[in-house]
Amino acid sequence: MRLTYPTSIKIVRVPCTGKVDIIHMLRAFEKGADGVCVIGCMEGDCHFKSGNFRARKRVEQVQKILTTVGIGGDRVKMYNLSSGEGPTFARYANEIHEIIMELGPNPIKLKKKQAA
Amino acid sequence: MIVADKKPVEEIIEYVQGCKKILVLGCNECVTVCEAGGKKEVGVLASALRMYFLNQGEDVKIDEVTLERQCDHEYLEEIRDVADEYDAIVSLACGVGVQFMAEKYHSVPIYPGVNTCFLGATEQRGLWTERCQACGNCMLAITGGICPVSRCAKRILNGPCGGSSNGKCEIDSNLDCAWQLIIDRLKALGRLEDYEKICSIKDWSTDRAGGPRKVVREDVQI
Ligand code: SF4
Ligand code: SF4
Repeated sequence: MRLTYPTSIKIVRVPCTGKVDIIHMLRAFEKGADGVCVIGCMEGDCHFKSGNFRARKRVEQVQKILTTVGIGGDRVKMYNLSSGEGPTFARYANEIHEIIMELGPNPIKLKKKQAA
Repeated sequence: MIVADKKPVEEIIEYVQGCKKILVLGCNECVTVCEAGGKKEVGVLASALRMYFLNQGEDVKIDEVTLERQCDHEYLEEIRDVADEYDAIVSLACGVGVQFMAEKYHSVPIYPGVNTCFLGATEQRGLWTERCQACGNCMLAITGGICPVSRCAKRILNGPCGGSSNGKCEIDSNLDCAWQLIIDRLKALGRLEDYEKICSIKDWSTDRAGGPRKVVREDVQI
């Protein structure tokens, strides 16, 4: 297929999105990530039954926390697709890239630089 | 166990405004089980506070420690050497832990990081429900193991009231009527004659109504 997606995106592989905890996403932002997107299997198709539902709820929690601390909840997003959907993956990757470009860099990354 | 719920991060941020060094202190017992104040929640709150202050351009150091318990002297002593270094300690233990901390460490303000709710059980992951109000004079032996003090909205001791309908309590159609549960249980145990006995007026002096309580056990005192 030779599809491309933005080079700014770093893939972190997990056994199931159910493995992704709130703290993992928060740490990414603390370390300066501009955005995080969690891509799970289609709802109803989780190999572990409810991993992707749990991930979605955790993403919502992170959105709330990021809004509260002033980083912006829109920087984290959950998508669902099946592993055979390469073009959809590329589309989602482009979409989150666009969203983050519009939001600009993670403000704490800038503050950290200023402080240094 | 003691069931607690997380406090909104906004509220905690309010408490610690102006502090330069903060300790977020978790507890490994009840609040870990109800996922409100264990090591994991300490990590999440500390991370949120760090990001908040960084974003405000403030240089605030936030440390994370989780003690085995916060309601026992020996575990609280573990932070004796470092406690004074902080401008604030946010304790994610239940109200008991927060108070015991405050009693031991006078020079640093201790703030509660959770709302302590009740004595309850984990019905399922993410669902905790009340089971006991620590009345100090347990009557479960005559009520088939179901507590009317904590589970009946009116604390009726000879129930049900007239509001019980289809097994549900009149305050909420999703809430089981405790007295219906008691009758069903006694029936299943073949002990309905217990239900016929009139429960006399309960001695509430062992409950909170008698003021703050204590348990003294000379046999285990050192
Ligand atoms: S009767 Fe009292 S001690 Fe027993 S479960 Fe109910 S509230 Fe708790
Ligand atoms: S309906 Fe049942 S649980 Fe509710 S107040 Fe009446 S006796 Fe108590």
